[in-house]
This record gives sequence, structure tokens and C-alpha cells, in this order.
Amino acid sequence: MATPENKLAFDDGWQYSPAPESTDHIKIKKKYDLFIGGEFIAPEKGKYFDTVNPATEETLSRVAMASDVDVDKAVKAARKAFPAWSRMKASERGKYIYRIARILQERSREFAAIETLDGGKPIRESRDVDIPLAAAHFFYYAGWADKLEYAFPGRKVKPIGVAGQIIPWNFPLLMASWKIAPALACGNTVVIKPAETTPLTAMKLAEVIADAGLPPGVVNIITGAGATGAAIVNHPGVDKIAFTGSTGVGRIIQKALAGTNKKYTLELGGKAANIIFADAAIDEAVEGIVNGIFFNQGHVCCAGSRLLVQESVAATVIQKLKDRMETLIIGDPMDKNTDIGAINSKEQLNTIKSYLKIGQEEGGEMFQTSCRVPKQGYWCRPTIFTGVAQSNRVVQEEIFGPVLAIQTFRTFDEAIAKANNTPYGLSGGIWTDKGSKIFKMTQSIRAGVVWANTFNKFDPTSPFGGYKESGVGREGGLHGLDAYLKLENP
Amino acid sequence: MSARLTVAKTYKIYIGGKFPRTESARYYPLEDKKGGVIANICRGSRKDFRNAMVAARGAQPGWAKASAYLRGQILYRIAEMLEGRREQFIGELRVQGVTARAAEKEVDAAIDRLVYFAGWADKYQQVFSSVNPVSSAHFNFSVLEPTGVVAILAPEESSLLGLISNIAPAIVGGNSCVVLASESLPLCAVSFAEVLHASDVPGGVVNILTGFRSELSSHFASHMDVNAVIYCDGGKKMAQAVQEAAADNIKRVIRRTDVNWTDNSSQHPYLVRDTQEVKTTWHPIGV
Repeated sequence: MATPENKLAFDDGWQYSPAPESTDHIKIKKKYDLFIGGEFIAPEKGKYFDTVNPATEETLSRVAMASDVDVDKAVKAARKAFPAWSRMKASERGKYIYRIARILQERSREFAAIETLDGGKPIRESRDVDIPLAAAHFFYYAGWADKLEYAFPGRKVKPIGVAGQIIPWNFPLLMASWKIAPALACGNTVVIKPAETTPLTAMKLAEVIADAGLPPGVVNIITGAGATGAAIVNHPGVDKIAFTGSTGVGRIIQKALAGTNKKYTLELGGKAANIIFADAAIDEAVEGIVNGIFFNQGHVCCAGSRLLVQESVAATVIQKLKDRMETLIIGDPMDKNTDIGAINSKEQLNTIKSYLKIGQEEGGEMFQTSCRVPKQGYWCRPTIFTGVAQSNRVVQEEIFGPVLAIQTFRTFDEAIAKANNTPYGLSGGIWTDKGSKIFKMTQSIRAGVVWANTFNKFDPTSPFGGYKESGVGREGGLHGLDAYLKLENP
Repeated sequence: MSARLTVAKTYKIYIGGKFPRTESARYYPLEDKKGGVIANICRGSRKDFRNAMVAARGAQPGWAKASAYLRGQILYRIAEMLEGRREQFIGELRVQGVTARAAEKEVDAAIDRLVYFAGWADKYQQVFSSVNPVSSAHFNFSVLEPTGVVAILAPEESSLLGLISNIAPAIVGGNSCVVLASESLPLCAVSFAEVLHASDVPGGVVNILTGFRSELSSHFASHMDVNAVIYCDGGKKMAQAVQEAAADNIKRVIRRTDVNWTDNSSQHPYLVRDTQEVKTTWHPIGV
């Protein structure tokens, strides 16, 4: 048990000096148009919207609001580009994708800074996770372009056509890469819409794609809100929809696609259980809990937003967790010392706040760290709820913020029953020193990704996606190719 | 000499390893070409479907835990039992208006298809799983796991071969299923349940209902405990209704319309994969 004497005190006697990432090396234009047919063009109706830095509430740029007419233009451009792109020698197609990967690596610092400014995530994360992984995805899938026939034994593979892709605001560039890279490698052309609150790195990616010399119309990037996304989903010229976002919107999309022959993949919500057994390495597990729920402010569909801890070590784990949470630095996302950045938008902050209220009303005991938060911007202190029941909304529903619901268990079977008792099935975590328990656990958790003695790890070679209401299909790895191909009898 | 009176069979539904009548006590007559009644078929209800779902959900985890070798042997056993009853199934197809030649061909192909999928039991995992070379110090692998309970709207025309071509790949991968038999040719499905019953398939792994597709398909598609729905045949309107209802709990929707089940190219392990989930596990490498 931690006592006041041995409490973690990372800044005891020393204060961290500010270590801000510079912005003199980045270029953000005052206004971004739509990237359609290889050109930047103004939206038909001339409307633009602000994109805001959530840490300062300052407007970073103005971005085009694509209407139905613009979506139609983009789809037509993609359709027009499809025959040549899909028939191009596959190795050449691959080389274009390699180019994108290389340019992203070259410009990684700029992308990291803009990602952090536009979305609020700590620069350490965009620098070390988002941008390198985005480049790695392009590099990985580039190599598949001329090897597709080896991925699906006994089948002939064909591209689908035009892929309509709608991505969320939590990993803007990374999600764009997850979607664009395999689509292109398989010979499809793309119309993609970044999230309303985080459009900037997608528009910078458009610059990269133009610089890489991709044929016009192969990738079209259009900005807008929900209506723009709906126009993509409902456009008859789109052959496949790839969506990452909430289960609520995923359901609407699945319904909208009923009766069409459009293929679709859905990466939806989650409520992952991070399960700590008494025989786990407790200090490592505590780091895993912190990484599981506070990584990217908890704006992660596969976040370990539920902690299931074995009763015999619960008091120790919770105390150590609280102590560790007190050391987390919340504040300027551009500071390299920052652990927890800004909540992505005012709207999301309100959602999180409403859950904090619900959790307390349901009888949960709320603990928040005592760290100071900036006056300007959108912030939420790291939060845990103890004393919650399986039926509580903070246990069942995705909050998408730095909020952890803690429950205890006695037996293995109880842990599994609780872990699986939500409509979701995206990910799960297990912490134990016993190998056989890990294998039994990974066979018992109904989820697409299981992290054993680790959490929130991603890689282009590793398939990602959910069971149950967490989605349909996989992205990443060999399995991620399937979503962008027609498999036919040879 | 007085002819012996044959004993006519009561065709019932198959739920949880038992052969109840429909709880609704409704029926529809199956008639031959001349309008004579061949049998009264259970007109299954929503309640029957829900009962079957309880049985299917209960049986699924145990079935998934059975070894691949055992599942393969049980599927092979189904083939053995069907072979033994070959003449009965040919007779049933014929009485429903299928020609002798076509009936023989269909039953033989059905038996062979069971053997085909029996063989996949311990192989599809090796074909479709992967070890993923991640950049960090982790061991990372992806395997297939059954999606859970599969609701199957079986083919209308291919009432035995098509039925088996949909049930076999689902169960060989550790799923359980609830099946709606062909409405116009229901006899073989009921008799196939008897074959299953004699083949060491645990009760509840396969549940077979008869009834009206127009009445039951929406329940197959909308039930919140179904993980995947497969629909064969049926018009465009029904397809749309099924897909819409399936979205309520993000079911996997598998369309198998316009498949020629007599063609051997219709059998492949991707039918198994259709009702599988990919699970990826990460573990650090270190001491």
C-alpha cells in the first residue's frame, strides 16, 4: 500500500520546464478547398466552416463544406479514375503508395504538429504513434499491390470500384491511412471525408498525394459534416463504404445500405475490459491501465474503459492507480511533457460531462486528479468510478473520454462473464503472469483484439476490428485486404 | 389380399435436440401435383424461433470448445448417417416432385458435401490465420473464432443439398444455427434433423424450423441475439428487409442468392470463413 511517504512524486522539488513543439516549420493555409480530381477546388455552394484548436479555442483555418453536388463531383472523379488505376501494372500502383509513405516520413514533424493543434492530442502521441503508424500503413499496403493473389488461396481477386470512406476525429491521419492505403493497393479509387473537427491533416495528405503524382481522381478528399458523409453513403456511384465511428451512426449506415449491393466495413464503438489478476505484475498493470484509458484522452474506440480487478488486489491496484494518475500532466498538447491533452471538441466535452453526472447519480464514487487545467480550451481531468454495477450506464456505454469504470471479481469465470456483458466486442486486456491463463482468456473474451500484458498497441500488419456491435470486418494486415476486393471463383 | 396400410410420418420441427410440434399448433398442407396432401407441415412461429435461439445460444460455447478433430468426425458421421438413409431422401424428393435422376444426384452430392466440409474442420484455421510481424517487441497472431449463433434462411429450390451447403460450413466452424427450411420442399429438412439427431451433433447446435418465410424472415433478421444471418433466395424486397433489420445489432449479413449448389465450385472454405471472426492477440516478448 502506498503511504504518503512512498507516494509517486515525479516532480518533487523539481518543476518541468515548458518544452513546447515549435510551429515555425508548419504551414497551415487560411482556407482549404476540396481535393477533387487532383485539384483543390472551391465548394459549389461556397460554404466554409472553422476548424478550432481545442486547447486554445482559436480558429486554425477555414475548411470547405462539401454539399451533395461536391460529393457527386468527387465520386465522378473517382469513377473516372478507376479503370486506369485498377488496370495499371500492380507493381507501379504499389510504387505510388510507397511514395506517399516516404513523403509522410519526410514531413512527419509537420504532420505531428498540425495533428496536435487541430485535434488536441499530446504532441508526444502524434509524433510517436499517429504519424509513424500512418506512414507505416502506406508502406505495408504498398507492397501488397502486386501480391494480392497470394492473400486469398483458391480465389481470383478483383478491385471493387469506388470506396467511400468516412473517418473519425480521434486518429485523423492514421484513420485516413488505414482506409486509403489498402483501398489503393487493391486497385480501388477513393472518396474520403475526414471528421468535421479534425480536417487539417487530411488536407495536408491531399498535398502529399498531389506531390506523389497520383493520377487525378484516384484519391478525393472532401471535408464536411454528417450530411456530407450521408451523401457519400447514399451515392449510387459508390461501391463500398468504410466507416469508423460510433455504433449509432454505424447502424444508420448499415440500414441505409440495405437493398444495395454496396460492400461495407464498420469499425464502431467499444467498452473494453482491462482485466487484472492477482498474479499480475501490479506496477506494470497500473501502467497498462493508464495507457489503456488515458491514451489520447480516452478518445479511443478500443480504450480499456472498464477495469476488472481481482478482489484480493483491488485496494492496492486502485491506490497505485490513483497515485499514478496524480502524476499525469494535463495541459498544452504541444508541450512534450504533456500526458493528457485537450478534449477534441466542446460537444465531446459536454458528452463526457454528462456521463460524469450520470455515473454519480447511479451511485458510483468518482475520483478525479487534482491537477490544474488551463482556463481556455476543453479539458477533462483523469477520472475513475468505483462502486459501479454491471448495469450502470458508465459500465455499459462508450464515453469516449478519460473516464474509467472499476469493478472487481473473484473468479476467472466471473471476470469473463462481466467482460463479455456489453453489446460491444472490440478489444480486451488481461494482466497475469500465467501463460495458460492468457490463452484461456484470449479464447474466452468475445472481442477482435486482445492485449495480454500490454494495451493499445497497433501495427499495420495486425488486423483490427470488432465482434458483436463493435463492427463488421477487419482493417490492417492481410485480413484487411478482404474489405477492398471481390473474391471470385477462379 | 388386403394391402398393408403404411404408417405416415408426422413432420415436426427440431429444437434443442428435440422434435416438438410448433407451439402455435398451426400447419400448412404440403400437396402433390394432383392436390393430394403429402403431409401437414408445422407452420413455425416467432415463439418457436425464440425457443430455438435459446437452445442455439446455450449449445454454442460447448460446441465451439469441441476439438476440431471431433467436429470433423461428427460432420463425417452425419454423412455416414445420410448415406444409410439415401433411399429415404430420394423418395422424399421424388414425392415432392423432383425427378428420379435429379433426386439421386442431389442426395449423393449432399452426402459428399458433408464429407467435404468435415475435412475442413481442422484445416481452415491453418489457411486463414496468421502470425503478424509487428514492428514492436510483441508476439502477435490472428486466429478465426466462430461468430456465434447463425440464422439461416435456407435455399428454396435446393432443399437438401442447399440446406446442407449452408449448415455444414457454419457448424464446422463452431457456430450453432437456427434454420428455416425450404417452404415448398420441406420434407428433407425435417428428415435431415433426424439424421443430425443420430450423428452425435449435440442438441441445440442445429435447430430446424418449417414455416412461411414471409412470416419468419423478419424475426431471423431482427432477433438481438443472432450474430449472423444468411439468406438464400427470396426477392429483392426481402433482402432489403433482412439487411435493414439486421442492422439493429450490427449482424453480419451473408447473401447467398443465385448460387448453383449442384456445382462443385459452390463449395469452398470461404463459406466457413463467412461466419468467423478474426481475433488478434498481442503479448510482449521479454524476460
